[in-house]
Amino acid sequence: MLQIADKKFSSRLLLGTGKYPSFEAQKKAVAVSEAEILTFAVRRMNIFEASQPNFLEQLDLDRYTLLPNTAGASTAEEAVHIAKLAKASGLCDMVKVEIIGCSRSLLPDPVETLRASEMLLEEGFIVLPYTSDDVVLARKLCELGVHAIMPGAAPIGSGKGILNPLNLSLIIEQSKVPVIVDAGIGSPKDASYAMELGADGVLLNTAVSEAANPVMMAEAMKLAIEAGRLGYKAGRMPVRDYAVASSPLEGLVPN
Amino acid sequence: MEKTIDLNGKSYAVIPEVETVQQLLEHLELGDRILIVEKNKEILQKEHYDAPIMDRDQIEIIHFVGGG
Repeated sequence: MLQIADKKFSSRLLLGTGKYPSFEAQKKAVAVSEAEILTFAVRRMNIFEASQPNFLEQLDLDRYTLLPNTAGASTAEEAVHIAKLAKASGLCDMVKVEIIGCSRSLLPDPVETLRASEMLLEEGFIVLPYTSDDVVLARKLCELGVHAIMPGAAPIGSGKGILNPLNLSLIIEQSKVPVIVDAGIGSPKDASYAMELGADGVLLNTAVSEAANPVMMAEAMKLAIEAGRLGYKAGRMPVRDYAVASSPLEGLVPN
Repeated sequence: MEKTIDLNGKSYAVIPEVETVQQLLEHLELGDRILIVEKNKEILQKEHYDAPIMDRDQIEIIHFVGGG
């Protein structure tokens, strides 16, 4: 069970809703992923063009928790504004703080992320900051009282997987709130690895939406996250430099 | 009286029958959509959609789109 603030979830997969090839594929992918938390972006409506279908409006909103992001913000003030807009929909009180500090790498701005998190906590939001994998920054966010920490595995949409497992392990070890590895996951092995490191959840989007078969990949990610979590709880064997035989060395059959 | 507002960044002539934000949304056939309204840079809570539309108001209609 994943608990964020007072909300409980049986799935540890948080799924993004961007860039799917079709609404049909997206609906099926969301369903088979069994994700309960879906991320969205907040944008100006294109009201001057013919009515365009909107994925959110096709969802059974009783079944999903919406996690709007503040993507597009480059300062804490902009992020707070976007979060307040999202909350005014009456559909959500959680927010993914996403403040990009570098347009090329899309890495988060640590200073603005920290400031925005503090401001949003004061406003009563459930705050989930997307951060770099900096251990000290993660600790400072925890000390502010955020409800989960979401360190990136690698740059957004890069699919490079977990670049710094040591930092993620240290963040997980010190954190008193759930750690959700967000961004950079490319394949099921990355998601499973995050969970084996002890992460409480994984947030991914492009790994599913840009897969050749997004529906199948959504299921693969669900299974990988479950496998990784079980593996973590089971406690893996030690890593050794030399072989240790699995078969008995006694009673060898004579030639 | 003819009212001209700034609607999502474009100049928009409001017909006289449209007097409130709610009526504007219905006129735009957005009455049943999931959206958020900002009027003159202030976020409008749903219970305030009866706010009047005045000449030169700045209205933003915002919604959720796919994102990660």
